[in-house]
Amino acid sequence: MSFFGFGQSADIDIVLNDAETRKKAEHKSEDGRKDKYFLFYDGETVSGKVNVTLKYPGKRLEHNGIKIEFVGQIELYYDRGNHHEFVSLVKDLARPGELTQSQTFDFEFTHVEKPYESYTGQNVKLRYFLRATVSRRLNDISKELDIVVHTLSTYPELNSSIKMEVGIEDCLHIEFEYNKSKYHLKDVIVGKIYFLLVRIKIRHMEIDIIKRETTGTGPNVYHENDTIAKYEIMDGAPVRGESIPIRLFLAGYEMTPTMRDINKKFSVRYYLNLVLIDEEERRYFKQQEITLWRKGDIVRKSMSHQAAIASQRFEGSSHPEKSQSQSTEEDDS
Amino acid sequence: MSDPVVADTRRLNSKPQDLSDAYGPPSNFLEIDVYDPQIIGVGRGRYTTYEVRMRTNLPIFKLKDSCVRRRYSDFEWLKNELERDSKIVVPPLPGKALKRQLPFRGDEGLFEESFIEERRSGLEQFINRIAGHPLAQNERCLHMFLQEESIDRNYIPGKV
Repeated sequence: MSFFGFGQSADIDIVLNDAETRKKAEHKSEDGRKDKYFLFYDGETVSGKVNVTLKYPGKRLEHNGIKIEFVGQIELYYDRGNHHEFVSLVKDLARPGELTQSQTFDFEFTHVEKPYESYTGQNVKLRYFLRATVSRRLNDISKELDIVVHTLSTYPELNSSIKMEVGIEDCLHIEFEYNKSKYHLKDVIVGKIYFLLVRIKIRHMEIDIIKRETTGTGPNVYHENDTIAKYEIMDGAPVRGESIPIRLFLAGYEMTPTMRDINKKFSVRYYLNLVLIDEEERRYFKQQEITLWRKGDIVRKSMSHQAAIASQRFEGSSHPEKSQSQSTEEDDS
Repeated sequence: MSDPVVADTRRLNSKPQDLSDAYGPPSNFLEIDVYDPQIIGVGRGRYTTYEVRMRTNLPIFKLKDSCVRRRYSDFEWLKNELERDSKIVVPPLPGKALKRQLPFRGDEGLFEESFIEERRSGLEQFINRIAGHPLAQNERCLHMFLQEESIDRNYIPGKV
């Protein structure tokens, strides 16, 4: 805003070339609102146009240069002044001069590296954005366009199950098993809890998913724990030899992929917390980290093939391999 | 085996349960009753005792069926011992009722029926909560309280 009478000003607008076709993804902002942004992946080109529209037609706009930047940065809430930029690309659109009329500038950032996923958390934010700036002597005019980046992975080669025996000596021994250690965001946790010794009066058992965001280093480390999900898996008192199944669908919960030491600034990790509660409200728990990853969308196979797979999951199937485990289930009931 | 399109949600294989485990008595049987209040003594030195009966099948308790007489101050002693020696958060006892010990009350004071019943119930809740705690079960004071005829206040504290 000019302080000296009616100086010329301009509105900036950034439009992507593939705005019609590019998918948008929902992302929660700091205040909790959910907005949709254009979705990009690592290596994709970011191209478009910058429209500079003069506010008062006829008057010229003097400027010290027009540029567009592509920025990827990490912002720690307790240290707002310092933005840690891990990606910073600039394209000059116009040398210092003047605009006599509204103008459009093309830009292209080819095959941009976007190494981390966009993240808005409790103490830290990682974001990517385009910023177009018209530099002027007294005050710049700029406009930002936020985008969202997702990092994709494929099925890990090694994905061992988690199997452990834990307990309190002479009081409670259980063996818990989760079918994998790495789950994608729409995966299912399949597991079981096997009771070896039960000398306490258990009232119920649940499994919680806990997200832990860690920011800072050295003496100033902040951990923010958030219980994303609480899922009761057993109601009532178990006895020795009982096996309680777990089937927890992850797609229903808002989670991000596991992020480890992003740019040495923060981590986001997920834990499964198995909690047993006894008659006197005492809680016995065992926490276990799991790795979450994001799977890319796949082209859906034909409906008939999908239906064939789904039918194998139903009871009473004639599939030979399945009928063995089926009979075990039937005996228990 | 694993179909990347539809997740495999079939149950994990587990050993079938032994029927004697399934239908046998549970291994966590522990019941303590606080009942039969009796007023001991005469005049101003009177006090109430309660029968504390424990039935259990937990191996950590020497006697599977025990019966002892205890008074309120014995429960207080147990609470103090556990607070000092163990890391557990000890539940509260029913109140000390000092007001009831003052003279010139309209009622029976400490020996009012409704008060005794309230106290009995509170003591029963207290001892059941404590006795079921895995860490409290390691303390010698708990075993002495529940299973020895009288409490030796000069005992050597320690773990079982």
